Amino acid sequence: MADRTVHVWGARTPTARGSAWPERVDVHLDGVREDEVDRWVGAACVLCSNGCGCEIAVKDGRMVGVRGRAADRVNRGRLGPKGLYGSTPWASSPDRLTTPLVREDGRLVETDWDTAMGRIVERSRALLDEKGPLSHGFYTSGQLFLEEYYTLAVIGKAGLGTPHMDGNTRLCTATAGASLKESFGADGQPASYDDIEQCDALFLFGHNMPETQTVLWARILDRIEGSEPPRVVCVDPRRTEVAVAAGRTGGVHLAPRVGTNLALMNALTRELLAHEWLDADWVEAHTVGLEELRATVEPYTPEEAARTCGVDADDVRRAARIFGESGAVLSTVLQGFYQSHQATAAACGVNNLHLLRGMLGRPGCGVLQMNGQPTAQNTRETGADGDLTGFRNWENAAHVEELARLWNVDPMTIPHWAPPTHAMQIFGYAETGSIGLLWISATNPAVSMPESPRIRRILGGDQCFVVVQDLFLTETAALADVVLPAAGWGEKTGTFTNADRTVHLAEKAVDPPGEARSDLDIFLTYADAMGLTDRDGSPLVGWRTPEEAYDAWVEASRGRPCDYSGITYDLLRERGAVQWPLGTTRLYADAEFPTSTDYCEDYGHDLATGATTTEQQHRATAAAGRAFLKAAAYSPPHEEPSEDYPLIFTTGRVVHQFHTRTKTGRSRRLHHAAPDPWVELSEADARALGIADGQRVRVESPRGSLEAPARIGPVTEGAVFAPFHYAGAGQANELTMTVWDPVSKQPTFKTAACRVVPLEGD
Amino acid sequence: MPHLATYVGLADHSEQTLADSLRAVADGHAHLADVFHTCSQLAGWSDDHRERLAPVVRRYGEEDVAEPERLRADALEYPREGEVGLLRDLQDLHLLATLVHTTWTVIAQGAQGLRDEELLEIARHCDAETSRQISWFETRLKVAAPQALIVTP
Repeated sequence: MADRTVHVWGARTPTARGSAWPERVDVHLDGVREDEVDRWVGAACVLCSNGCGCEIAVKDGRMVGVRGRAADRVNRGRLGPKGLYGSTPWASSPDRLTTPLVREDGRLVETDWDTAMGRIVERSRALLDEKGPLSHGFYTSGQLFLEEYYTLAVIGKAGLGTPHMDGNTRLCTATAGASLKESFGADGQPASYDDIEQCDALFLFGHNMPETQTVLWARILDRIEGSEPPRVVCVDPRRTEVAVAAGRTGGVHLAPRVGTNLALMNALTRELLAHEWLDADWVEAHTVGLEELRATVEPYTPEEAARTCGVDADDVRRAARIFGESGAVLSTVLQGFYQSHQATAAACGVNNLHLLRGMLGRPGCGVLQMNGQPTAQNTRETGADGDLTGFRNWENAAHVEELARLWNVDPMTIPHWAPPTHAMQIFGYAETGSIGLLWISATNPAVSMPESPRIRRILGGDQCFVVVQDLFLTETAALADVVLPAAGWGEKTGTFTNADRTVHLAEKAVDPPGEARSDLDIFLTYADAMGLTDRDGSPLVGWRTPEEAYDAWVEASRGRPCDYSGITYDLLRERGAVQWPLGTTRLYADAEFPTSTDYCEDYGHDLATGATTTEQQHRATAAAGRAFLKAAAYSPPHEEPSEDYPLIFTTGRVVHQFHTRTKTGRSRRLHHAAPDPWVELSEADARALGIADGQRVRVESPRGSLEAPARIGPVTEGAVFAPFHYAGAGQANELTMTVWDPVSKQPTFKTAACRVVPLEGD
Repeated sequence: MPHLATYVGLADHSEQTLADSLRAVADGHAHLADVFHTCSQLAGWSDDHRERLAPVVRRYGEEDVAEPERLRADALEYPREGEVGLLRDLQDLHLLATLVHTTWTVIAQGAQGLRDEELLEIARHCDAETSRQISWFETRLKVAAPQALIVTP
C-alpha cells in the first residue's frame, strides 16, 4: 500500500450520485504478514470522530496493526493515516504507565493501587465531610467508552452529587450539542453519512475535513470524481483542500475574516429570505421564529457582509444561490465555527438555512454538527459532561425524578439547581481551591486548554488535589498528586458513537501492561472504596462488566431522543455498526422535533448573552414539535487587532496528529510526517515583516508566546495559524484567551490578537 | 407634559447609571471572563438605548427636577470582592435594571397616550433588551450562588 502519510485519502473509487460507496479495504501491519496474524478483533478507530469500523491484528499477545471493515457503513473498509499508523504502536511504547504514582516530597513515586486509591479516598472523604460534594470536580474526555462515561456520570451525579462534571468535549463539540438543542430541542445529529451519496450541494462551515476526517473526505472526493458531482461551498479563512474542491466543482470559497462567521451566516440567511428560497408551507408548519429571524438578519446585506467579513459580496450571493436552488443540501460544521466567536449563534445559523428550505430528514438533505473526538457523543449522551443523563433537562423536575427512580436515590442528590458546571468554570473553581479535588481522565489540559500558563499554575498548585488517569505521564499527569495507569483502546471493551449516531463495539484484544486497569475498573474501584450506595443501602453502581454497564445505560436512555433500546452487544457483534435509534437513518423524517416543553432537553438560551429561557417562556412559544429559528446580531470579537498586536492568531489541526499527540506522536511514521510545530503566515504579511519561508519566528499575544519556523501558506492576510498539538516552545495555547461562547461555553481558540517577530540565526 | 419630560430624563439617567455600574462590575470581576465580557456587552446596550432616546430628549427636554436624589438611583461605583461579592453586585445590577425596565414601562404608557409612535417604538425596543439584561443577571446569579454560599474558601 502507498505511504498514506503522503497519499492521505488513498486511491479514488468514484461514486455516482445515488449509488453505494464502493468498498476499499485498507490494512497496515507492523512487521508481520496478514497470514501471520493470530487473531483479528472487532473494533472501530478512535483517532478522529469519524468512527471507522476496523479490526485489530493480534500477534503473540500484542496489537500489531489494523484493517478496515469492508461491510461497515461508515468507511466501507477504509482507514486514514492516523488510524492506520497510529492505532497500535503507542500500546507497546516503553514509556507506558504501568503502576500508580503518588507525590512524595514533591516527586511522583511508584506505588500500588491500594496506596494510590487510599490517598484519593482519604482526600475525597475529608472534603465531603468538610465542604460537601461541591468540593469535587471531574474533567473527562472524548476518548473513553460509553460504559465508562455512564459509570462516571452515576458516581458524580447520584453518588457524590456534584454539578462539576465536564469533558474536554467542551473544547470540541459543546457547540454541536448546544446548537442542536437550541434549534431542534435536543442533541442528536439529524443527518446520515449516506447523505453524501445523495446530495447535490455540500456546504462545509469551518470544517477542514480533509485534515480532520480523512475517510469522510475520501468519500466526498469519490463523489466529486463520479458522475453528477455535488457543488462544494467552503467557509474557511484558509485556502484548504475544501476550498480547492469548491473551485473544481463550481462552488464558492468564502474566507471570512476570523471572528466574523455570524455576520456571514446572517447575510446568507438574508439572501435566502430576500429571494424567497424557502419552503414556506414547511416553515409555517414546522418552525417558530421566522419574523424575529427576518428582523435580526435584515441589516446583513451582501455588501454589509463584504465590509464586516472581508468577503466578496457576489460570492455571498453565489453561495446563497447554491443553497437556495439545489435540490438536496448537506452541511457539516466544525471547529472553525465552534471554537470561534459567537459559536452557537453561527452554528444555529446553519440549522436555520436547512429549516428555511425544509431540508432535513430526507435523503441528501441534512446537517452534521460534527464532533471533534471519537466518543464525544457519548460524553454528551451519558451526562459525564455538562449535560444531564439521556438528553434530559436539568430544569425539568420530572426528568430529574426519572433519574432518581432509576438510580434509586433522593432527587435532591442529583445536582439540578443550575446548569452543570462547564470546564472553564471548573478550572476557575480549582484555581481558588473552591474545588479541592479535581479528577482528570484521558485528557491533557496542560496542553489543550487555552492560556496554558494559567492551567499549569492551577494543576501544579497546592490549593487543589489533582488525580490523573492516563496511558502516559502526560504534561498534565506530571503535575498531578496521584497518577493512575489506564488501559487504552484494544486493551478493554466498550462502545462508542460517532457523529452520525453510529454505534460500534470495540473489543478487548490484548491485556493492558503491568498494573494498568480499564477506566471502567478504576471508576468502579473508587465507587467501592467510597462505599457509594443507593437509598436502600445497596451498591449504587451495580455493574461490574462493560456489557452490564451498557445494559444499565440502555435503561437510562429508554424513551429519550438517544434511545439505545434494542441495540445490544450481540447485535453490535452481528452487524458491526448500528445507528440509534435502532432503524433510524435520519432524525426528523417526520418533521416532528423534540421541542415540547415537557420532553425537550433544554428550554434554550438568549444566543447573545447566554441567559436561560425559563420554562414559562418556553411554554409560551408553543413550539410543541416545531423547530426554533434562532438568531443573534453580530458583535466584534473579544480581542481585536491593535497597534501592539496587529494580527489575529488562530489555531487548528494537521492531518498526521491528534490532540496533544499522546498516541500519534508515538507512531514513527506519523511523527516523521509532522514532527514539529510551525506557524503559517500569508505571503503579504510575511513580506511586510521581512520573514522568509522556514525562518524561525516568535508569535506573541498579551498572554504568552511561541517560537517555531514560519511557513508561507494559504491563510488569509492578517491572520496567523498554528497547529495546537505540540507542547513546549511551540505550544499554541500559550497565546489563546480565557473566553468562551455564552451558550455552549466552548472556549474561543480561534481569535486572539498577536504579533510576529522574526528571529535571527535560523 | 412636564412629567413625561421627567421620565424621559429618568430613563436617560437610569440607563447611564446601569451602563456605568455594568462597567464597574466588569472591571471589578475582570478575572471572570464571562462576567467581564457580558457586562461590557450589556453596558453597550444601555449606551445604545441612550442614543436612541436622544432625539426624544431634544423634543421633550429633560426636566430639571428640584430634588433629583429623590428620583434617581445611584450607580454602583465600588464593586465588591470575591464570589459572594459578585452575587451582591449582580443583585445591585438587577435592581438598577428593574428601575430601567419600569421606567420604560411608564414611558411606553405615556407614549401610547400621546400617540407618539417614535417614542413607543423606542420604549418597546429598549425595554425588550432591558428584560434580556435582567435575564442574564438572574442566570448568572443562579449559577454562582451554590458555590459562593457553600464552598468558597
